[in-house]
Amino acid sequence: MHKIFTRSLVSSLVFLFTLTVSAVAKDVKAAFVYIGPTGDHGWTYQHDVGRKAVEAAGYKTTYVEGVPESADAERVLRQLANSGHDVIFTTSFGYMNPTNKVAKEFPNVKFEHATGYKREHPNVSTYAARFYEGRAILGTIAGSMTKSNVIGYVASFPIPEVIRGINSFTLAAQKVNPNIKTKIVWAFTWYDPGKESEAAKALIDQGADIIAQHTDSTAIVQIAEKAGVYAFGQASDMDKFAPKAVLTSVENNWGPYYVDRVKAVANGTWSQKDTWHGIGDGMVVISDLDSAIPSDLQAKVKKLQADLASGKVHAFTGPIYDQKGGLMVAEGKTADDGMLAGMMTYVKGVEGDIPK
Amino acid sequence: MIFDINFVGLIIASIMASSVPLILASCGELITERSGVLNLGVEGMMIIGAISGFALMTVTGSLFIAVIGAMLGGVLISTIFAFLTQTLITNHVATGLALTIFGIGISAMIGKNFVGIPGKEFPVLFKSLKDTLPFLSPILFGHSIVFYFAFALPFFTNYFLKKTKLGLIVRAVGDSPESASNQGINVKLVRYSCILYGGAMCGLAGAYLSMIYTPQWIENMTGGRGWIALALVVFSTWNPIKILIGAMIFGGLTIIQFHMQAVGVRIPVQFLTALPYIVTIVVLVIISRDSRKIRLSTPSSLGKSFYKDN
Repeated sequence: MHKIFTRSLVSSLVFLFTLTVSAVAKDVKAAFVYIGPTGDHGWTYQHDVGRKAVEAAGYKTTYVEGVPESADAERVLRQLANSGHDVIFTTSFGYMNPTNKVAKEFPNVKFEHATGYKREHPNVSTYAARFYEGRAILGTIAGSMTKSNVIGYVASFPIPEVIRGINSFTLAAQKVNPNIKTKIVWAFTWYDPGKESEAAKALIDQGADIIAQHTDSTAIVQIAEKAGVYAFGQASDMDKFAPKAVLTSVENNWGPYYVDRVKAVANGTWSQKDTWHGIGDGMVVISDLDSAIPSDLQAKVKKLQADLASGKVHAFTGPIYDQKGGLMVAEGKTADDGMLAGMMTYVKGVEGDIPK
Repeated sequence: MIFDINFVGLIIASIMASSVPLILASCGELITERSGVLNLGVEGMMIIGAISGFALMTVTGSLFIAVIGAMLGGVLISTIFAFLTQTLITNHVATGLALTIFGIGISAMIGKNFVGIPGKEFPVLFKSLKDTLPFLSPILFGHSIVFYFAFALPFFTNYFLKKTKLGLIVRAVGDSPESASNQGINVKLVRYSCILYGGAMCGLAGAYLSMIYTPQWIENMTGGRGWIALALVVFSTWNPIKILIGAMIFGGLTIIQFHMQAVGVRIPVQFLTALPYIVTIVVLVIISRDSRKIRLSTPSSLGKSFYKDN
């Protein structure tokens, strides 16, 4: 009797142990922290599409939306780390310091910070997308299709990410049309449909016949549709909001990366990394080209897209001059990642000053 | 280019379009406050109007039902406020703030299913006249019916308060509910009506944003306009015509600063962005600098509860 009891106890313990081990391997929980609502149909929306891909791959996920880039972020991160999440994705630049701070307190939890550069602890990775590659494509289309030679650009905040986009866009547009002017209006918001549409309207009233945007809402493409000018979608395919106006969109495709990283956590192969993927790795996706784009231009754009993907063409290839005519990148050279990451000067051809 | 007369007309038209929600919400709140009720829930009522309008438009496909529904949405949520403050005699300020928080929360919840759906095109009037007159055409023609209504509303409101018997009753209730009550006026009924009317106008203001100005549903899309509308009421010294001026100044500077940027005026952008708020406050302070006049024009029992033992 006693023997049987011990044996069954041991076997059930063994059984329980294997059960827990397999459960640990399977039950990796991933958390996502969002700056905006999942319904912005822009930045946060696309991160959430990525989260759903993780879910589809068989992992549990949770998310917290509308988390301010303040002390609140730390509180949310701590709570997520405390409640059994194995990997936490923080999806806005402003979460950089909170992420690193909380990562120090939870060395067993992995942290993945989007668009940042600080990896102060071995459990912090960073990742970003080379959106400027997509913007080179938009610039090529805009430069070829403008009739007024004035292109409007609604920008959010003067940070390298946005300046880099403006420069890449302008360089590509100038390559096909040396006479274009890029007019920049800073909305000082990532997401405010009212303000964004007012900014777009001002640019259209001043003669812009194509509007590019580096803010997140769909308001701008809708304004363009009403005014009968062209526009480009941001972060997600915005075609259905303005079928006539939207020529194409640059989509942020985080899904494959997220699934990869969560899998790595599950397999125990996760290690610190700094990822900066572009069109080639599928993190930046160009939506279907609108039929308003003539077929020869479509072919040109497709080729550029393939060349950017293969690395044959770099969006920042010299000679590149700044606004005052100073050489930024010499002929035949390309800008290195360090220069791109800290880019805070306009290239020649962009109008106005960067707000200080 | 900036001195082109047609171009100036375009800018003025943009300014007017951006001030529509402020005018509607302020004029509604003004009537509520004139009856002695301070409803800080303007933002909440607007956002409820925005989601009701957009949701009904998507579900029913009828713009008419959507606009009426948005106003009813505003009425419905303001009924909660009216019941709490008038029947249960709760504190106006606390209840109004709660109404805003409630409105933002519940609209986000309802709105979950309406995110990412493109809005319908709202018909505009006199479109064919759009290119007939230089300068004036873009200002006068080619706008939605709500736009024309908003610019007539301050004048109607002024007439209503100053020239009609009902307007006199509203003012009497706001200044001295005790005397009004002794005259046989049903104070509670008047205040209920004024609160509900305020709710309807705020609902319409919200619907203008989600159906006409930026036709889509986005969480929190009123973006603080309710608070600006509230401030306009106070600074206008409860005068509907001055609300019109204040709303135009605010809308104007928001639009102009983008134009200045696009033209390349070398003023720090951060300053330009803050300019609408700064100038609106400065101008309205100047308008209302006479403290005696403010005391005279403030509804004397504003924000004070009134109850009668029956």
